Amino acid sequence: MSWSISNYLISSSNELSRCKLPYGSEGQRGKCQALNRPTNISAYNSLKTPSFKFDQVQKRKDHVLKKPRNISAYYSLKPPNYKFDALEPYMSQRTLEVHWGQHHRGYVERLNEYLAKDDILYGHTLDELIRVTYNNGNPLPEFNVAAQAWNHDFFWESMQPGGGNLPILGLLQQIEKDFGSFSNFREEFIETALTLFGSGWVWLVLKRNERRLAIATTTNAVTPLVWDDIPLLSLDMWEHAYYLDYKNDRARYANVFMDHLVSWNVALGRMARAQSFVNLGEPKIPVA
Amino acid sequence: MGLRTFASRKTLGALSTFPQQLRGLQTFSLPDLAYDYGALEPAISGDIMQLHHQKHHQTYITNYNKALEQLDEAISKGDASTAVKLQSAIKFNGGGHVNHSIFWKNLAPTNAGGGEPPHGSLGWAIDESYGSIEKLIAKINAEGAAVQGSGWVWLAVDKELKRLVVETTANQDPLVTKGPSLVPLIGIDVWEHAYYLQYKNVRPDYLKNIWKVINWKYASEIYEKECPRG
Repeated sequence: MSWSISNYLISSSNELSRCKLPYGSEGQRGKCQALNRPTNISAYNSLKTPSFKFDQVQKRKDHVLKKPRNISAYYSLKPPNYKFDALEPYMSQRTLEVHWGQHHRGYVERLNEYLAKDDILYGHTLDELIRVTYNNGNPLPEFNVAAQAWNHDFFWESMQPGGGNLPILGLLQQIEKDFGSFSNFREEFIETALTLFGSGWVWLVLKRNERRLAIATTTNAVTPLVWDDIPLLSLDMWEHAYYLDYKNDRARYANVFMDHLVSWNVALGRMARAQSFVNLGEPKIPVA
Repeated sequence: MGLRTFASRKTLGALSTFPQQLRGLQTFSLPDLAYDYGALEPAISGDIMQLHHQKHHQTYITNYNKALEQLDEAISKGDASTAVKLQSAIKFNGGGHVNHSIFWKNLAPTNAGGGEPPHGSLGWAIDESYGSIEKLIAKINAEGAAVQGSGWVWLAVDKELKRLVVETTANQDPLVTKGPSLVPLIGIDVWEHAYYLQYKNVRPDYLKNIWKVINWKYASEIYEKECPRG
């Protein structure tokens, strides 16, 4: 951008008074001469604002030249949309503090450390980074931390204070179509959560190829993104997610999640967005 | 390993609605600890020990017994697909029972020899293979901290090659899944339930402190049995 700024400097104020455009882009100088708008005010404006920007840019340039800034982080840690005590008594503040503040933060920090050491993976969005580092089943070391960072972001968004109850609108219809009824789905989801061995996640996914909803489980850090399905909800079945509140009572944790924590609004939004990628059926075109 | 009987014969009819037959299916019960729950403080808190033993280990045993019953039924009916489907539940719950039974014996309070370095042939073997016990501990801790998710880290002896190895297993897989001739000497549970209440997510601290209560005497006994001097 610096060359256009210096061009602007060189260009005389006459042209500025004609041109409303602050940066002197050459191709448009001709155009500007054709403008016959009252230029006094606009000249004032266009004279003022760019010079302000120029000063700033110049200052920034000096700053950059003198003290090179280091990039401090590639990916950031986003807090949940609710306060830490908003999910009480179903998920305690202490759990959120530790789960988000130590586990999730640790993943993000380690991811940034990996990238700071060797930023060949720089430039991907987090979704892309997960797919790239999964490496078709041979995960690179960055996979675990990247996927867990994404998974936890997704998990916080999948919950809300005052959650639970029933899904609404299209999501409810789709669940009833694919599982028979909501209670069937709920039962299957909880049973899947309880029969998961070890650490992992339980997902409600929209399967791209089969164009239906399904319940999926993954171990450790894996996410349905790697096999290109679209996740709508997740439940963290790593022990750290429930141990402080429920000790080893996973059944109660899974039930409480379904009854009081899950955010169907978010799932509905995700499904609506997923429908731009997956055609879930014929649209209901009203017959005239 | 038969220091404590943890298998007992029960008639199947007593546990289920099966007709009264003496099936002779062995079921398992929770082994007792040789020490109090609070005896391993401050390395492992009494709360964790109690939960770990009475809830987690008991759940593994209960589910293992259930899976064995179902397997017995499937085999006697010739139902091959059910028998195969049950294998993962058996590996998980049975493995959990086996692993935890070893784990309780691997721990001892400090006043009962916990944390005392091994003497005798195991000590020499460690010095030969790893240089010093500190290096071995560092290696085990590094591998344990690197386990993704849930699993175990083991110090084992390969009874064919008469060599010490450090291995990790995922979830509740027993050590033999990593090598049929591996005999576990020391296993450390790095599932989160083993340390979360006390150490939260700082698994390296748990691994550093647990060595204060590791029962090397038991490990030496097993080692001498597998690799007798002579």
